[in-house]
Amino acid sequence: MATLHSAPRFTRIDGLKDTLSAALGDHLVEAHEEHGELLLTVHRASIADALKLLRDNHDYQQLMEIAGVDYPSRAERFEVVYMLLSLTKNSRIMVKCSASEDTPVPTVTTLWPNAGWLEREVFDMYGVLFDGNTDLRRILTDYGFEGHPFRKDFPLTGYVELRYSEDEKRVVYEPVELAQDLRQFDFMSPWEGADYVLPGDEKAATPPVDEPKTTEKPSDTGAGKATDKKAAEKVSAGAPAEEDGGEDAPAPEPTEDQPARAKRKGKTSDTAKATEPKKKAPAKKKPAAKKAPAKRKAPAKKKDDK
Amino acid sequence: MQIEESPTTGDETITNYTINFGPQHPAAHGVLRMVMELDGEIIERIDPHVGLLHRGTEKLIEHKTYLQALPYFDRLDYCSPLAQEYSYILAIEKLLNVEVPERAQYIRVLFAELTRICNHMLNIGAHVMDVGAMTPNLWVFELREDCMNFFERMSGARMHHAYLRPGGVHQDVPEKLLVDIGEWLDTRLPELFGDAMSLVLDNRIFKQRNVDIAVVSKDDAVAWGFSGPMIRAAGIPWDLRKSQPYDVYDRMEFDIPVGTNSDCYDRFVVRVKEVYESAKIIKQCLRDMPTGPIASTDRKVSPPKRAEMKQSMEALIHHFKLYTEGFHVPAGEVYVATESPKGEFGVYLVSDGSNKPYRCKIRPTAFSHLQAMDFMCKGHMLPDATAILGAIDVVFGECDR
Repeated sequence: MATLHSAPRFTRIDGLKDTLSAALGDHLVEAHEEHGELLLTVHRASIADALKLLRDNHDYQQLMEIAGVDYPSRAERFEVVYMLLSLTKNSRIMVKCSASEDTPVPTVTTLWPNAGWLEREVFDMYGVLFDGNTDLRRILTDYGFEGHPFRKDFPLTGYVELRYSEDEKRVVYEPVELAQDLRQFDFMSPWEGADYVLPGDEKAATPPVDEPKTTEKPSDTGAGKATDKKAAEKVSAGAPAEEDGGEDAPAPEPTEDQPARAKRKGKTSDTAKATEPKKKAPAKKKPAAKKAPAKRKAPAKKKDDK
Repeated sequence: MQIEESPTTGDETITNYTINFGPQHPAAHGVLRMVMELDGEIIERIDPHVGLLHRGTEKLIEHKTYLQALPYFDRLDYCSPLAQEYSYILAIEKLLNVEVPERAQYIRVLFAELTRICNHMLNIGAHVMDVGAMTPNLWVFELREDCMNFFERMSGARMHHAYLRPGGVHQDVPEKLLVDIGEWLDTRLPELFGDAMSLVLDNRIFKQRNVDIAVVSKDDAVAWGFSGPMIRAAGIPWDLRKSQPYDVYDRMEFDIPVGTNSDCYDRFVVRVKEVYESAKIIKQCLRDMPTGPIASTDRKVSPPKRAEMKQSMEALIHHFKLYTEGFHVPAGEVYVATESPKGEFGVYLVSDGSNKPYRCKIRPTAFSHLQAMDFMCKGHMLPDATAILGAIDVVFGECDR
């Protein structure tokens, strides 16, 4: 594939992969070239030897970075990646090895003094141990922090939050309490690999029918006389005012908590009649009610025409 | 404290004592805590404690799409935001293998260099102030303010630009801005900067505080993973813009200033010279910049113009997809490093083929340099520590991530 991008162009050395693979010999697990980068995977036990060999015999003088990566599905879930730079050959390579929580990686602080902090960071973030690093303290996280935050199973929000307590006059730690759920949007389309179930997905699982349904005549669509009749029916129930002449809903039954009110005394006891709607009201609505079904018939007729 | 019998009357032997430098200290350039073991005023051992500004940027990036993660890079080294974005978008472009139009490449280089000037203005000013001079800092801050105004006209934001995009830049720059930058380079920058540096470079006090302080040999500089002005001051002409050019740096003519003595003074002078080299590069960009598109025409990576969206359904769909789902990056892993004003700023990007980075490891420039503090300060006086720290040019947003 032609190189279109304009990322940093370091010297491409012909046959570098083969040269280094041969030089590493038994240390090497796999050599891999992709995107113009050479990746050498070596055995964990021999990482220090391999890097020493690359530094002394192949001029990779500088260790620029050590990165940890977490692949929880693998048996040895962590990868430790060493970025090497050759100032004289103007070349970059990546060397990596895998590790798990209880398999320490040999330290390279003996080769490069700046490996100390880089290894501390990988230990802090992923919990990878480095055998021989005499100063493997946490580096970026808080004093007394527990856990390894960059592991994939560590929640983004963490477990504790801290605030200054006015009562205790010091900073206190409390379990994280989110006022609102962490908004985690997944914009992946369902047909591109998202693995959640959407309503309607179950239809995709039903087996296809033997004979596909075809509609050649109007009768095949199922829109016969019976359907027309059904369509002409009034769909919704009438308004309560139409059905029962506008009577109020009865008062709720008295309960123990809310006993029935005592009857009012005097002339005002029967006010219900005064508030009743006039008998004329339902009569006025009747023509409107008749019109509605007529309107509904119109589309049904059209269907017939077809 | 137990005091031993004095060898002579009136003399007392004292034991080493330990002090805290920071986390709140004006010369710590942020939140750095250094536990110093002192013998009188001589530094015996330094244990820098970093991470007080750790925000878990790398983890946050894993939970965002590629485009959403971009603004985090402005907030790493907030003194040179564009330089951090640069590494990140180049890493994405390398995985995507996307072509960038020429004009966009020139714009990127131009503003990356302006960022370098802007960053050096801060560092030079802070460094001289750390060793006791007040005036130059105020003068160079005026230039920094000019740079900020240019950035505002470029992207709309003074500091957190979020201007670069995979495949180009976000928007075109106005013609008048380019003209103004050209004028500024010819008049204001040399005048004001020249004046400020005339106060410092030959100043007796400044030299007393910096010459022969924290001398690092070439071999040590390489072994400790130095980069940028720190390794150039040691006499190694190593500049990623020259040796591993990206975008149109290979068409630029500029020199790499190197030091001879590898002390704090050399580091300072290297930065001063770099400002003039950056000005040279910007002038070449202004001279050679072609017209044309400013972002890739690959609609799977960069969005269509708004006017186009009003007319074309296809464009509307692309826009929608880009800003909801984002683009998918082919699986693979790359390590891309650029020459940020402070040194090599690298991004190790692992993609699993989805629309979010699987892992994004950021290589801060300050990590290796700060780690060498103990090695560089040993045997120096306590006030030298501030000069050494100033010459490292450390920003904790970047160091702690």
